[in-house]
Amino acid sequence: MNTTDHTTLTARLMTLASERFDRPLAALSADDDFFHALGIDSLQALDLLTRIEETFDVEVPDYELQGVTTFTGLAEVIARRL
Amino acid sequence: MSAATRLRPAAIDPGAYPSLGALLRDALVQFKSETALVTYDRKREVGRVSYAEFLRTGLAFARALEDAGVGADDRVAVIMSNQPRWLYTAFATFHRGAVLVPLDYKLTAAEQAALIRHAKPQALITEYPFWRRLAGELGADLPGHVWVSDAPDGVALSPGDGAAGVVAPWAAPRDAAAPTEVPRGRDDDATIVYSSGTGGRPKGCVLTHDNYLVQLESLLALFPMGVGDRFFSILPTNHAIDFMVGFVGPLTCGSLVVHQRTLRPEFLVDTMKRERITHMAVVPLLLEAFERALDDKLDAQPPWKRRLVDALGLVNEALTEKAPRHGLSRRLLGPIHAGFGGHLKLLFCGGAFVDRARAERFYRLGLPVAIGYGLTECCTVATVNDLKPFRGDSVGRAVAGVEVAVRGAGDDGVGEVFVRGRTVMRGYLDDPELTAETLVDGWLVTGDRGWLDAAGHLHLVGRSKNMIVTPGGKNIYPEDIEGAFEGLPAEELCVFAADFLWPRHGHALVGEELVAVVRVEGDEQAAFDALLPRLRELNRRLPDFKRVGGVLRWPDAFPRTASMKLKRNELAGVIGGATARDAVVPIEGGAAPRAARVEVSA
Repeated sequence: MNTTDHTTLTARLMTLASERFDRPLAALSADDDFFHALGIDSLQALDLLTRIEETFDVEVPDYELQGVTTFTGLAEVIARRL
Repeated sequence: MSAATRLRPAAIDPGAYPSLGALLRDALVQFKSETALVTYDRKREVGRVSYAEFLRTGLAFARALEDAGVGADDRVAVIMSNQPRWLYTAFATFHRGAVLVPLDYKLTAAEQAALIRHAKPQALITEYPFWRRLAGELGADLPGHVWVSDAPDGVALSPGDGAAGVVAPWAAPRDAAAPTEVPRGRDDDATIVYSSGTGGRPKGCVLTHDNYLVQLESLLALFPMGVGDRFFSILPTNHAIDFMVGFVGPLTCGSLVVHQRTLRPEFLVDTMKRERITHMAVVPLLLEAFERALDDKLDAQPPWKRRLVDALGLVNEALTEKAPRHGLSRRLLGPIHAGFGGHLKLLFCGGAFVDRARAERFYRLGLPVAIGYGLTECCTVATVNDLKPFRGDSVGRAVAGVEVAVRGAGDDGVGEVFVRGRTVMRGYLDDPELTAETLVDGWLVTGDRGWLDAAGHLHLVGRSKNMIVTPGGKNIYPEDIEGAFEGLPAEELCVFAADFLWPRHGHALVGEELVAVVRVEGDEQAAFDALLPRLRELNRRLPDFKRVGGVLRWPDAFPRTASMKLKRNELAGVIGGATARDAVVPIEGGAAPRAARVEVSA
């Protein structure tokens, strides 16, 4: 996946997250810690992952999310499965 | 014979057994035709195993351990998510008289490797996703035998050149020869469970068969389970709570244990319905997630319906004042119960502070939450609410075989909590100094502060030890975190629990956070300000639940011993006496104000 695709994917994830947790998109940035930026806990992060899976039609096991804290990192995990 | 009159075998009496191995073996024989384990993927059942089949598989793996030379007092480490092979491995380990070392599968590979170096197990049993990360970390410290489950076909398991250990796929062949059972007694070691030390000093609690069997006996007397009860095991089995109430307990009673390969609430609820789950153990963070789901559902209802639920809740509360009445609550509040699968009788909650209002709300809705308190150092629980009647304001009474005392109490009755009894560990592995500090004259020094009421219920109000507990049930020791700030341009740095520096009263066990104390050269504001960006950056590299929430600038050199060891308690005393909590500079990217923003330990 090239840089442009990766940036697009990251942006789509941020849009999805801002809608799901009702945060202004402008307040999020790609290298943000999304737990902090969204004010969510790990169970809510799993919920976000489910939405992402539905949107992109992929399946990501829970353990793939371990250690992932930024939207960029999340995009990498999803990109591996696309 | 109809189902109603079908004779069901009674639960096994733990009091009659010398070891966990012997107890589990007899249970697996006694309940042979019952279903022991059900496994779910996300939405699909992927396995169903009878007690007899569990026994066969467990014995086959015990044979593999035997062939690898694993026997009495050898150590077997397990790093697995909740799944049947975790339990087979534990049974096989006990059958061979070996000591089980359950490690947290949620730790990083480096943290797992550090604990493996400390425990020095002869064998390691793990899953491929964990093994892939861990193999490279272990280097020369690879245990002699490693079994890896869930590996995709055709992948290489061996870490490569020069690796001394034997790495094989996890297997329990049907034609395996019978293993030799190695009997153990009550005083023999059963497990080594790490209560902390991922970054600093490992605390491996050595627990005996007697510790577990005494605890099991008292818990079964309080919360009897039986054939037909169905336990949903979602907290990690490596954790003291699930090991007891999600593995050993249900299997002793002929109950069913359900595992699911995901923790996402929407899939969990589906499985609760399908398997008609009756019992679960949760940490406060999960209880909060359930409440959130409940509120989402209620918010979607018209106001009159919400008022009706409130009214029915009050009716239920009045009718169940003395003890829970599951059938009645279910009839009154059917739609609410349906959201939890419709058959839930009891939630065990522990591992961290449980919000009183939340526990009371669940009880009003006919979903009793049994709140308990314990430390890994005393097996599972020291105190628990017996629900006769339900109370959400305390962590319950001491369980049978355990004595709880509050010492050094002030006028308000609050003092330090001590625990004594047959559930208290033998000591910390290879650390006599720390053991001597923790086990004093036969009493376990908990480091928690509280008071006992007239009914003997324990109320926790704070800690006298330098640590925090997250709502996900993780114990975080500040000294384990200091290493993350190495290289910071400070003269000295030290991390404390804020409540350790400035003790709070009342419900002090929520919103706990860590504070970094730094001394910069010349105590200059400019030097302090200059260091903050780097500190933030290093802080953000830590898992979110380990981050410090603020920084305190401290002018004086830290007190140290002749060998330059930090006198932590002395420093804390001086800081606490000279400053107030508002002197802390909050740092962005640290702990969020919401207490629940943590990694769940489940």
